[in-house]
Amino acid sequence: MKMKSHLLPEFMIERDEERCDNCKVCVKQCPFGVHYYDEETGKVYSKEELCVGCQRCVVYCPRNALKVIPYPGHYRPNDYWHEEYIRDIKKQAETGGIILTSCGSARRAKVYWDHILLNASQVTNPSIDPLREPMELRTFLGRKPDRLEIELDENGDVEIKTELSPNLMIETPILFAGMSYGAISYNAFKSLAMAAKRFGTLFNTGEGGMPKDMREEFKDCAIVQCASGRFGVDPEYFNYSAAIEIKIGQGAKPGIGGHLPGEKVTATISSTRMIPEGTDAISPAPHHDIYSIEDLSMLIYALKEVTNYEKPVCVKIAAVHNVAAIASGMVRAGADIIAIDGFRGGTGATPKIMREHVGIPVELALAAVDQRLREEGIRNKCSIIVGGGIRCAADVVKAIALGADAVYIGTAALIALGCTMCQRCHTGKCAWGICTQDPELSKRLNPKVGAERAYNLLRAWSLEIKDVLGGMGINAIESLRGNRDHLRGIGLEEWELKVLGIKGAGE
Amino acid sequence: MGMVVRLRDPFMDWVRRIDEIINAVNFEGNTAKIDATGLTHKELNDLIRLCVEKGADKIILKNVCGQRYIGTRLYFPGKRVEIEIYGTPGNDLGMFMNGHRIVVHGNAQDGVGNTMNEGEIVVEGRAGDVVAMSMRGGRIFIRDDVGYRTAIHMKEYREKVPVLVIGGSSQDFLGEYMAGGVVLLLGLNSKKHRANYIGTGMHGGVIYIRGKVEPYQFGKEVGIVEMEEEDYRRVEGLVEDYLKFFRGKGVDEKLEVDEVMGEKFTKLVPVSKRPYGRIYTY
Amino acid sequence: MINRVSVTDGRVTKEIQACAVFGVMDRSGRRFDGKMIIEAMKNMRVRGNGLGGGFAVYGIYPEYKDYYALHVMFQDDDPDLKQEVDEFLYRNFDVVHDEEIPTNEEANVVDPPLFWRYFVMPQKKGEDKKLSDDDYVVKKVMYINTCIDNAYVFSSGKNMGVFKGVGFPEEIADFFMLESEYKGYIWTAHSRFPTNTPGWWGGAHPFCILDWTVVHNGEISSYGTNRRYLEMYGYYCTLYTDTEVIAYAVDLLMRKQGLPIEVVAKIFAPPMWDQIDRMDEKKRKFYTTLRMVYAPLLINGPFTVIIAHHGEMIGLTDRIRLRPITAGEKGDMLFVSSEEAAIRAVCPDLDRVWTPHGGEPVIGRLNDVKRVEKVVE
Ligand code: SF4
Ligand code: SF4
Repeated sequence: MKMKSHLLPEFMIERDEERCDNCKVCVKQCPFGVHYYDEETGKVYSKEELCVGCQRCVVYCPRNALKVIPYPGHYRPNDYWHEEYIRDIKKQAETGGIILTSCGSARRAKVYWDHILLNASQVTNPSIDPLREPMELRTFLGRKPDRLEIELDENGDVEIKTELSPNLMIETPILFAGMSYGAISYNAFKSLAMAAKRFGTLFNTGEGGMPKDMREEFKDCAIVQCASGRFGVDPEYFNYSAAIEIKIGQGAKPGIGGHLPGEKVTATISSTRMIPEGTDAISPAPHHDIYSIEDLSMLIYALKEVTNYEKPVCVKIAAVHNVAAIASGMVRAGADIIAIDGFRGGTGATPKIMREHVGIPVELALAAVDQRLREEGIRNKCSIIVGGGIRCAADVVKAIALGADAVYIGTAALIALGCTMCQRCHTGKCAWGICTQDPELSKRLNPKVGAERAYNLLRAWSLEIKDVLGGMGINAIESLRGNRDHLRGIGLEEWELKVLGIKGAGE
Repeated sequence: MGMVVRLRDPFMDWVRRIDEIINAVNFEGNTAKIDATGLTHKELNDLIRLCVEKGADKIILKNVCGQRYIGTRLYFPGKRVEIEIYGTPGNDLGMFMNGHRIVVHGNAQDGVGNTMNEGEIVVEGRAGDVVAMSMRGGRIFIRDDVGYRTAIHMKEYREKVPVLVIGGSSQDFLGEYMAGGVVLLLGLNSKKHRANYIGTGMHGGVIYIRGKVEPYQFGKEVGIVEMEEEDYRRVEGLVEDYLKFFRGKGVDEKLEVDEVMGEKFTKLVPVSKRPYGRIYTY
Repeated sequence: MINRVSVTDGRVTKEIQACAVFGVMDRSGRRFDGKMIIEAMKNMRVRGNGLGGGFAVYGIYPEYKDYYALHVMFQDDDPDLKQEVDEFLYRNFDVVHDEEIPTNEEANVVDPPLFWRYFVMPQKKGEDKKLSDDDYVVKKVMYINTCIDNAYVFSSGKNMGVFKGVGFPEEIADFFMLESEYKGYIWTAHSRFPTNTPGWWGGAHPFCILDWTVVHNGEISSYGTNRRYLEMYGYYCTLYTDTEVIAYAVDLLMRKQGLPIEVVAKIFAPPMWDQIDRMDEKKRKFYTTLRMVYAPLLINGPFTVIIAHHGEMIGLTDRIRLRPITAGEKGDMLFVSSEEAAIRAVCPDLDRVWTPHGGEPVIGRLNDVKRVEKVVE
């Protein structure tokens, strides 16, 4: 039944009539159809109820004539029946559906990064000047043996006797998180691959396979995912990679699968995922060959088998309640790397209820996992990568000091490419050419420029990390890893300090 | 609790070096025979890979008992090896397999042909759960029954259409999320199929079921359509192959294609390529 | 030190674990040694991780068959601890015999506790006289397990015993010399892949209450609901494992309430509502009532269990069969296992091998096998 929508607009568009010369750039730029040109009056107008606040038109208006601001009108203020609830109920009353959204959780909840402060050397030991002295960020990800057996021959040459597990070497402890070709455009996907390759780190294919034309060029800097949908998964895909990641879950939607709607399954996506054009690409909630921890072990070793034990296997989970115990089981099941995605982690589409209500903050999850693995004496058997809302280099430093080996960045990388966090990825109409398969829109992102932006971000954060390390008197990132002595909490309760394993400021 | 407990890896800890187990192999021409008695999963696959690298194109495995991933570590594009198995292969037989042929003289366990890419698996017996999961190419023939979630999320792409033929019956969730491929369930030894939720979430491919099955046994995403001439031809071809593989090996020598084809067939196809398009609001 | 969490604390973390299970029964009642099950468990070694293995055996103490056989582990070398337990047992029971459980010093296990067994008859006094023998034993065992630190009774049935610890099953078998020391007509075994509390011998499985034992594979998602319901009936979960909860549920439903396993199986793994809606009226009413009354004991999420008590061995999976089970038989021998290969490893030429439907029990009874099909149709 067609009914009148009761929803209020979310944004208001202010067009400065003085500046606007009706050039129609905004009409062209807006994929949501907000701006239109009226032949009769010869003027541009807007339907602001359609605006998602992506700010594309504002940036591209040649005359700076536009302002997109939050809609000032609202219902009678109510701290309990917040506008968002009213809005969602109205939407559901009009459609009867699950509310879909994207990006990471936007809800107000304690951000532990912001309650942790870093240390610096004063008097008792010197800080180091990172601009002039060596400052090392090189990181190895993978299983390490308990000890090294060596043999000395008569010439004094050392021979390593211990068989080492495959490890990944990266030049900064930052990797691009799994974002599939399908969720993001080819150009966005390629931008990240290029930036990773140039910087000496890794990108992650997400669960949508690896385009054939990229396999040879990017095989050494790709973590290829094996997710529940097994899209684009064949032995070649696994063998053209630096590592394999089993994706169990994702912070934005722990415990559920997902699907790429049929209209996004274009010809090239269909050939990458190896499914027919136009069909929904459904990712089941679980892997149907993993219903328990010993099944995980079975898949880990299947992947080691198919790659002849040449690649590390990473297992990615969403941070959930029993994360420490689960992580321990993952390591014991044979995972070389474990990736933990906090509830702020982003996504191209998720039911809002999952995004806002399921999972736990990655800071707490990380602290618990690292501590648990140490208690069990198996921390060296795996590396830990954390992701889910890493916003700046300080978050990276804090994560590493809490115990991570490296971090995944997804949202931050997309913001570098142009994303403005409008949370409309699931519509497939991303104005910035990132989360879209519309050829016209994807064209807006030139992979060369995208790669440059993403590379710059890696460079900038790496420099900042070095700055902070120098301040602490540390010149190799490994000395920060798990070094919680360099962290202090502010505004945290006793139990929170305990979980984080850090002291309060002044203690 | 803080108890430090050794990490023990049951998969790797007992693995011996190749030279310690090489005696299990017996090469004759291009055929390698391996006695799998007492070999761990990895050891057996180490030996199989070694044999293929040394030029074997036929491998006969004796006394297999639970070893997993047979056929998985043979990613040699362009190469095609035939593996014969005596005993009971373990889980994930032929997982990710790329173009080889496996014949099992006996039963198989869970995950036969999991995410298999190309090749053929013939099981002269029954198989466990998730047979042909996410399979994307090649053919699998199971003589008898299969377990739960058979052909779950099988997919096809253009000329790559996986085929699964089951001589017996299946348990629940046959063809769940199926996205492509052909499944033929013959029900040769059962009066009535017992599986429920057949084809739930199906959005591609086709399932043919021979014998009695009630509409309530199907998931709501599948529709029953008439068998066309073309379908009969396709099914008949598969039945011929089935009988070729199994006649005299557990299937009556005298069973003819016509007799099998004489039963009623039900053809299931997805109602939509987009089963879940309408449950969301933006 | 065994770290016990207060039983009423709702905030405990549950153990998450998975594993391999195996059971074998001679339905003629003939007793056989442990070689078979040990070999079968070895075959499935990769399903565990060496952090727990255990066995339950029925028919091992014919000379004391009328006495409750208490297997006790002492986590501490403290002689006072054993004395405290001895005194408690002598005070509350007539102890006809007690001895150290024989073990193999050479076995590849780390830090085994001291193991002792007592063959006892209840000595009920005062208020306790109202209790049945079984309830009395349960009560006293519970007392030791919750009130005496570092002592733990892990087996308490008549003419049967549980043997378990930290290690792969074959190592535990070696430690307790199961192959040579014991003969039984039912053997069940468990290999553990725990992700929690790895180092405690008492944490291994099977779990035992009287002569009921449970081995289990999977992680159930209804644990909190099940546990809190059982607490209303006086069961206090001390181990925080799914196995313990299932064992108590079995005890409540089968021993105390007298329901047959066929019905209990349908409480744990009931038919779906859409199936119930299609049943004839009588059946529909029965299943609807069953689901209404016992909703808190629906065991949700993946599980395969092998439940045993004297005369009966039962294999059961959850209703959508998220965990594997294979059954096989050869003459009077009945097998249930996580994998067929493990059965084949010890009995290559089975008469029959099959995979039961989810939620449909495989039941082995002394010379009376009721098959799944008969139960359901
Ligand atoms: S381009 Fe974006 S901000 Fe501008 S009007 Fe369109 S939706 Fe609104
Ligand atoms: S990727 Fe595009 S659609 Fe998604 S939040 Fe960013 S700007 Fe919006």
